[in-house]
Parts: sequence; C-alpha cells; structure tokens
Amino acid sequence: MPAPALEVKALRKQYGRRTAVADLTLSVAQGEVFGFLGPNGAGKTTSMKMLLGLVRPTAGGGQLLGAPLGQPRARQRIGYLPEHFAFHEWLRGRELLRFHGRLLGLQGDALSRDVEGLLRRVELAEAGERCLREYSKGMRQRIGLAQALLGAPQLVFLDEPTSGLDPLGRLLVRDVIRELKARGTTVFLNSHLLSEVEVTCDRVAFVRDGRVVREMSLGLAERDLEVELRVDRVPPGLVTGLASFGRDVREDGACLRLRVEDETTLPALSRWLAGQGVGLYHLAARRRSLEEIFLEVIG
Amino acid sequence: MRAALVIARMTLAEARRRRILAAALALGGAFVALFAVGLHFIARDVRAHATPTQQGFAFAYVVLAALYAANFLIVMTSVLVTIDTLSGEIGSGVIETLCTKPVSRWSVALGKWLGCWAILALYAAVLCGGVLAVARLVAGYTPPQPWRGLPLLLLEGTVLLTLALAGGTRLSTLANGVTVFGLYGLAFIGGWMEQIGTLTGNAASRYLGIGASLLVPSESLWQLAAYLMQPPLVRDAGMGPFSPHSVPSPAMVVWALAYVAVTLALALASFRSRDL
Repeated sequence: MPAPALEVKALRKQYGRRTAVADLTLSVAQGEVFGFLGPNGAGKTTSMKMLLGLVRPTAGGGQLLGAPLGQPRARQRIGYLPEHFAFHEWLRGRELLRFHGRLLGLQGDALSRDVEGLLRRVELAEAGERCLREYSKGMRQRIGLAQALLGAPQLVFLDEPTSGLDPLGRLLVRDVIRELKARGTTVFLNSHLLSEVEVTCDRVAFVRDGRVVREMSLGLAERDLEVELRVDRVPPGLVTGLASFGRDVREDGACLRLRVEDETTLPALSRWLAGQGVGLYHLAARRRSLEEIFLEVIG
Repeated sequence: MRAALVIARMTLAEARRRRILAAALALGGAFVALFAVGLHFIARDVRAHATPTQQGFAFAYVVLAALYAANFLIVMTSVLVTIDTLSGEIGSGVIETLCTKPVSRWSVALGKWLGCWAILALYAAVLCGGVLAVARLVAGYTPPQPWRGLPLLLLEGTVLLTLALAGGTRLSTLANGVTVFGLYGLAFIGGWMEQIGTLTGNAASRYLGIGASLLVPSESLWQLAAYLMQPPLVRDAGMGPFSPHSVPSPAMVVWALAYVAVTLALALASFRSRDL
C-alpha cells in the first residue's frame, strides 16, 4: 500500500490563550481528492498553513509526501492556491508564472512549455501579456490556479478555488480537479461550496473548533437513504417496529422519517406496513445531500 | 542561493517596473546637475577673487556639502526602498505563495536584501560619482581619499537598509519606518552629542554619543567619511560643520560591518521563524 500523500497527528496551534487548531489528525491517500470542510473560524486555513509550512505548529507533526512538515524538499512537489491569491500586481500574467516556475527550479524550454500550457488550460493565453492589475477577479483566481499547477505537483492545496468565479469558471476548476485526479494527483480542497465538494471529492473531513469531528467517504455506500412515509394512522408500536428497518425513526408532523442503509429495504418496509394494517399514502427515499450532513455534523 | 538570486532579480525588476529606479535616478541626475550649475558659478567667483589656498577651502567645503546632502538622500533611499519589501508582502499575502515554493525562508529574505542593496549601490554611485565628476570637471577639485570615504557612505546606507529589512520581518510597514528613522535619529543626535562633548570636554556627553553610535553606527560612518574626504588643513582647522572634533576610530568600520552581518543574520532567522 503506498504511503499517504499527507499524514498528520495531533497538530495543534495556539496563539497565546486562543486555540486556533486543537487537534488535527488526518491522513490523505495518494491520488485522493479530499475535502476539508467546516464553518468560518473552524481553523481550516490555519490547518492548511501548518501543512504547507507557513505556520509553525505548537505541537504535533506529520509528513507531506514523505518529508517532515515544513521541509523545502516536500514543497518541490506541491502546489498551493490561497483563498485570497495575492501577487505582484505590476507583473504580467506570463511573467508571474515564469517567476514562480523559476522558484520551483524550472528553466529553459521546460519552463516555457509549462507556462504556456497552463495559460491555455486556464484560458488566459491571450491575456498573458496583460498586467495583472488589469485582471478581473475571476482571471486573478485562474492565474492563481495556474500558478498552483506549475511543475506538475503531486499534491495540490486549493483554498476556496472557486471564490469569485462565474459558473463557467467554476466548471473549469471542477474539470481541472478531475484532470488532476485522473493523473493521480492528490488534491486537498477547502471550499464552502458544498455542491462543488460533493461532485469533486472522494472523501471529506468536517472540522469544528479546531478538530476533525467526522471523516467520511462520499461514495454512495457511505451515505444513508432518508425515507419519508405518510400513513393514515400511527398505531402504538409502529415507531418501534420501524426501527428494525433502519435508525433515527422520528415523527415529523404528518410524516414519519427514518434512515435505511439502501434501497433493498424499501419493499420489505412497505409489506410490513401493510401487514400492520396501516394505509401507506407516500413513500419516498433519497440520499442526503452533503449540506444536510454538514448541518447535522456542524450545526 | 539560486532562489535568493531569483528574488533579488525580482526586487530589481519591481523597482524598475514601478518606476522607483527611474524616479531615483532622474532626481539623482537632477541633484548632480543642480550641483554642477551651482558649482560653476561659485568656481567662477572664487577663481576671480580668492587665493589658491582659499579656493581649496571653498571647493572642499562645497563638495563636502554636496556629499552631505547625497549622504542624507542615500540614508532616506536605503530605508524607503527596503521598508515595505518584506512587511508589505507579508501584509498583502504575496509572500505565502513564494514561501510554499521549495525555497528556504532565509533565501527569500536574503534575495530581498540583495535586490535592495543593488538599488542602493546604484543610487549611491550615481549621486556620489556625479558629485565627484562634477567637482573634477567644473572646479578641478577632487577630495582626498574618495576611495576610502565613499564606501563608508554606502556602508552607512547598508546599516539602515539591513535594519529596515530586519524590522520588516516583524513590524508593519509604518511601524518599521517609524522605528528605523527613530533609530537613525538617535544615532544622528548621538553623533552631535559626541562632537559637542569632545569640543567642550564634557565626557558624559561624549560617551552618550559613542553609545548611540554603537547602537546604530550610521552617523559615525558619515563623520569618518567626512574626516577622510577633507584636506588635512581644513579638517585640522576644525572650522566647518563637517570637521569632526571626535574622529571615529577605524574600529567603527569593523563594528559596522559586524553590525550588518549580525543584523542580517537576525533578520533571516526572524523571518524564518515567524508565522505567515
């Protein structure tokens, strides 16, 4: 089994008496697209900065692509797009990429090929000679994304990559993430747009008060079905009986709700209700959205 | 070191693209041109009415006054060019993507220092070289030992540049500016205290001045440069404002060089250990 792209244990950051990150323990497999979710102030950005070596942990440690956190050696193979990508505004788009490429050790034809390819990929080839201060917010975000992809990194950190982008720009980011995944690149994604996370990530971690409170895969098997029933009456013992089909059975106004593992439970459930002499008017099952899970975990 | 050179080149490119270099060089050129015109008229009068000895006094005084002004501009430029280079990029977040590249933090800070120092050296060369060239061409005068005096002016700028870089690793741009100019002010008034203390035989005042010079050795470097670049007759007469009564020891140069090295090392360590 290959070593994880990223593995940290009990990472902690304390600013005086304030705890920004209490206990960050997680592991991200190589080639995985990992979503890092949490409300504002949960410590996501500080956590990401500790992983990148921008902020020194107060305690704990870990490894990034096999090297201890904070080592320049590991940074050779990572890319980073900060939430608010700031740059030297007096540079031209192409110059910015060439400058960052040189810091990565790229030069000559390899640098030119990488820069031109990325400018085309983020649809800024024609704006490459324009000064960055003339770029729109979306263009800035896209040039920032190109900067993060220089040197074909093995691990890419994206902090709110769709911030400021229109629907087409968001689609571009989504496509880029899919391409990265297809290449086997690990992506560590921090985003508030849960619908984006839902369609791009393999796995997510929820962070609250500076610690990971839940990790889950976004594969269908990992997500319960929410079943909604409307019946003509609720005789004594019905709720208890429903609990044998699933969990979290509750009365919600005129409806009964419960969670079941998969769809194969539903025929048996409807037969059992008929056997109880209960008239069934409505039965609907759906997967819970990431937003609902987020609210349940964080809310 | 490769990364430091990339950052230094970037710092130079920034100064060029943001017209810092153009403004400094254009106004430096204007400074030299104004000095040339002024010296031309002074030289015409002096040659008509003064003895050769008096001419020597007059030219030495005027050229040193120009170098004093150049020294002041070098001090200002060394601080202004450097003051925002790290703190500005830390404040704006630009530094984050640089420091997540496979480069050491120290090489980022060293690259900034090298870039700013190159700008300072170019500026000092234009100003001081211009003053010396004009003095030679217009008045036929060259101050003594310019090869020893002028590097001291550059060293003085380097001291303040390094302090500004060190401050920028922890302070905001404005706080850094106030701090570095405040330290320069301490050295400046300390230099005067030392001179007045020596002149009046007041040991306390003299030692106070020496203490300030050790804290920030900028003013004493100017005093030593001014001493070296005056004709012996002028400086020994002690008549002008540029004739020091207490000549800084050559050990002060060693102290200033060590001061730059230690301050730079502290700046690199401070930048390396801070959170971004």
